[in-house]
Parts: sequence; C-alpha cells; structure tokens
Amino acid sequence: MHGGSEQLRRPASEKTPGKGDGAYTLGPMQAGPVCCDPQPLIQVDNLSLRYGAKTALDNVTLDIYRGCITALIGPSGCGKTSFLSSINRLTDLIPGCRTTGRIRVDGCDIHESACDVQALRQRIGMVFQKPTPFPVSISRNIELPLHERGIKRRADTAAIIEQVLRDVGLWDEVRDRLHASALSLSGGQQQRLCIARALALNPQILLMDEPCSALDPIASGIVEDLIGQLRGRYTIVIVTHNLAQARRIANYAAFFWVGGHAGRLVEFGHCRQIFESPAHELTAAYVNGVRG
Amino acid sequence: MLWLLCGAAGIAAALVLLILLFLSAESWPALRHISIGRFLNDPSWNPGESMYKLTPMLSGTLYAAGGALLLAIPLGIASALFIAYYASPRGAGIYRHLIELLAGIPSVVYGFWGLTTLVPLINQLHPPGASLLAGILVLTLMILPTIALTAHASLLSVPPDYLRGAAALGISRWGMIRGVALPAAKTGIAAGIILAAGRAIGETMAVLMVTGNVVQHAASLFDPIRTLAANIALEMPYAMGDHRAALFVSGLTLMLLVMMLWSVAAQLGRNRDG
Repeated sequence: MHGGSEQLRRPASEKTPGKGDGAYTLGPMQAGPVCCDPQPLIQVDNLSLRYGAKTALDNVTLDIYRGCITALIGPSGCGKTSFLSSINRLTDLIPGCRTTGRIRVDGCDIHESACDVQALRQRIGMVFQKPTPFPVSISRNIELPLHERGIKRRADTAAIIEQVLRDVGLWDEVRDRLHASALSLSGGQQQRLCIARALALNPQILLMDEPCSALDPIASGIVEDLIGQLRGRYTIVIVTHNLAQARRIANYAAFFWVGGHAGRLVEFGHCRQIFESPAHELTAAYVNGVRG
Repeated sequence: MLWLLCGAAGIAAALVLLILLFLSAESWPALRHISIGRFLNDPSWNPGESMYKLTPMLSGTLYAAGGALLLAIPLGIASALFIAYYASPRGAGIYRHLIELLAGIPSVVYGFWGLTTLVPLINQLHPPGASLLAGILVLTLMILPTIALTAHASLLSVPPDYLRGAAALGISRWGMIRGVALPAAKTGIAAGIILAAGRAIGETMAVLMVTGNVVQHAASLFDPIRTLAANIALEMPYAMGDHRAALFVSGLTLMLLVMMLWSVAAQLGRNRDG
C-alpha cells in the first residue's frame, strides 16, 4: 500500500489506448484539479436529518472539495451513511425521512424544485457496501443507466462499456463473457462492476458507502487501489470503518460522533491532520483506537 | 414423524399414479377398438355412429386457453406492477383484496355470470353469443388472479438493494421495472403463468356454460366451440361402451397436455439455470 501524497502524483496505472469517447478515459492524476487548492463542490449547510421522531444527523456543515477524496469516519450509527445518501437524495426513498438545511452541488440547491432528482443522481454515482449488480448480463448492467440517459446506439454503448470496464480493471477478466450473468462474478468483481456502472454516466461525484467492507482482503485491496486511481477525475466521498484505509486513500477526513442521541460532525480537516494532530479529544481517542 | 411425512407424500404420489393408471385402463378398450388414427381422422365426433374425431375439441381447448392467456398475462402483470410500485399503500391493499376475492369466486358463478351477461352482450355484437370469445373472456377473469398474485409475490421478493441501486443511478421507475424488477422476478412470474395455463386448459363448468359446445374447429371468435373437459362433463352421464372409453381418451389427452406444459416449464427452468 502507498501513502496518500504519492498517490496524488502517480498516473493512472492503466491508460486506455484511444478508444471510445475520450471523456470516459481515466487521465493521469495531474489532470485533475489540485487538492491543495480546495474549491468546494458540495456545500452542506446546517443539515439535519430525522427518521420519524429519531434524529440521525444534527446540524452538519461541511464543504467537500472538488477532485479530492473525503473520508467519513466514526463509529456505527453516527449518521455517516445518512449524510452520504442525503447528497444524492436517496433518503427520499426512505418513508418518514425528513431533511432540513441546505445542500448545494456545484452551487445548485438540490432541494429546489428546479433540481431534477433523476438528473442529480446521474451526476452523482453511488456504490454501496454490498455489491448490487442487477440480475442481468454484465453488459446490460452498464447499458441500463446509459439507455436511461438516452445513449442507445449500440456502437456508443459498446465503447462506453469497454471503457469503464477498462477503467476499473475488469475488462480483461470479463471481455469474453459480457453476456454472462453479472451474478456469476466474484464479490470483488461485482463491486468493480458496480463502480464501472456508476462511472458509465461520467458523473462528477462518487459516493461510496463502505465499498470494501463486504470483500475479502485481496479484493478489498484491488478496489482500494482503484478508488485511489479515480482521484482527481471524480470528487469522492467515502464512508469507511477501516481507519488505515481512510489514512491511505483520503485527502480529507470528517469525523462523526454520536452526541446527545444524534450524529454530529466533530472535526473536519486534512487527512494527515485528523490522524496525526487532531484538534478534538474525541477524534484523538477514536483514531488512536481508545474509543469507538 | 418421519414415517408420517413419508406416508403422506407416498399417498399423494400414489394417487397421481393411480389416476393416470385408471385413465389409461379405462381408455384402453377405446384405444384397442378404435385406432389412434381415427381419433384424428374420423369425419366427426358422433359416438352414436362410431365416429370419434377429437381434434376439434383439442383445438377448442387450446384456442380458449391460449386466448385467455394472451389477455390475462399482460393484465395480470400490469396489475401486479401497479400494486407493487404505483399504488399508494392503501390503494394497493384494496386492489389486492379485490383480486384475492376474484380468485375465490367459484367457477360455476363465473359461468352463470357469463351465461346471463356476457353471452347476451356478444349476441348483440354477433350471434349466437355462446362462443369461443365468451369462453376466452370468462377464462381470462378466472386465471387473472393467479397470474397477478404470483407476479406480485415474486416482485415483492426482488431485493430492495436492486431498487435502491437503480434509483442511485438515476433510473426512472419504469426503467427500473423493465430493466431490473421484471428480470429479477421472471422465474416466479413464469411459474404463475404455467399454473394459470393448467387451470385454463382444465376448466370445465364455466367454459361449458358459455361456449355453446358445438363440436367444430372455430373459424372465428364468434363461433361456438367445445373443449375436451366440457365434452367429458356433457356426455359422461349417458356414455357406454366404446363411447365411454373414448371420453376417457379425452381425459387422458387433457392430462397429457398439462404434463407437456409442465415439462416445457421444467425445461425452461433448467436452461435458465444452466
């Protein structure tokens, strides 16, 4: 494994020879905006979230920077996943879930009526803890969101499918069986397919909810390296319980804690600062394994 | 306990075999006296003059069941999708109860309703009214609940992860249904369709009451037909000798038809797994 700063300068390990739409190629990491000049892409102001009478998140204010990897860390039940799914309004699907506060993505308020939730979710890819490939063929998994977007020409979809599968390093493993069921893949391959599926829409943002925790250590390592390579091209917000992983891949870290029966944001800062010189004693206790 | 279960299972299996054996034994005189070719090639079905053509009734059975499936499959699946994904929880509950009620109506009541309401209506459109069309419509109503309820049950068993994953990709509800939910539920839906087809082929009373029971190949939807099952019910009370045995051949044919359906279904299931 490698340290975060080295990762920043390292070019993508697999550059794809000029096939398909260039927009879908992973460029070298330098191509992305530089993390040390942070521009906020997601601005969360005073976000509170309730499930019925239970408050899951209390008054969170946080900026997430373009092109960087931001890790959300903290104990279970402190609202990290709720925070993540309110960014693409997936919380709308949960009956009884109410959010207050403002979330702006690229300056645009996602709760305003002008914001089309379907278009929002096409701009924000999401990867879940448990790999969720649809029970259809590998290629069909990627075609579905493309068709929804209106990309229907066979040549176009084939090019994008190859591109995103190359981007996640799955192409050589599945090129001969694109029409086989996606459920025939191993857990790690399924998770990479889910990442490829999210990348197919060329999103700005990737939300990842513990993407490695359901995988074995080797598959987990592969997916982690992949996430590192996506830095710069995408703005990534990742929930992880694996502090070592957060330390390896993240530029920024946000520490959540349960205080007064609701999740709160305790501290946000550069990943190194959070882990090496935390300002808050709870953070220090958590990252040193004393509490949590 | 094990013995009890084995015994019960054994009795059930033995009953099926006994029925098959009984049908074959009772059909045997007809199969021996009247060659199989005559069931296909005789000029007509007229047991009084030793004519035993079964094909018009076979076609009647297949037309009625096929037509009903053609209508009930899309209606049933659409109902299931409505309950599962579009209706409000309250509306879905009410609608589902209505369909369950439909499933519980005895077939003779369907026949009665068909005879007094549907047949006169069709008669106004095109006499005589008692027709293949009436049979298809009554059968559609009877098998619709089977298809709708099994399809709904298999849609409910689609993991919510799929739906959440589809929503996170910005896929619309209809896109999710077509691309994810239906493919995930297709085995259960297919099983419901096979069950419904079996019922449509074997249904006797309601069909007998509305189809006119004329032994002929239907040339149009408005022609009366007779199905194999109706044939048995109509003639068994007075049939004797070869005639009686020929009716058992009708029954045997019906049973073979249903068995063929099941084996096709089993084959499809195997291909899917393989």
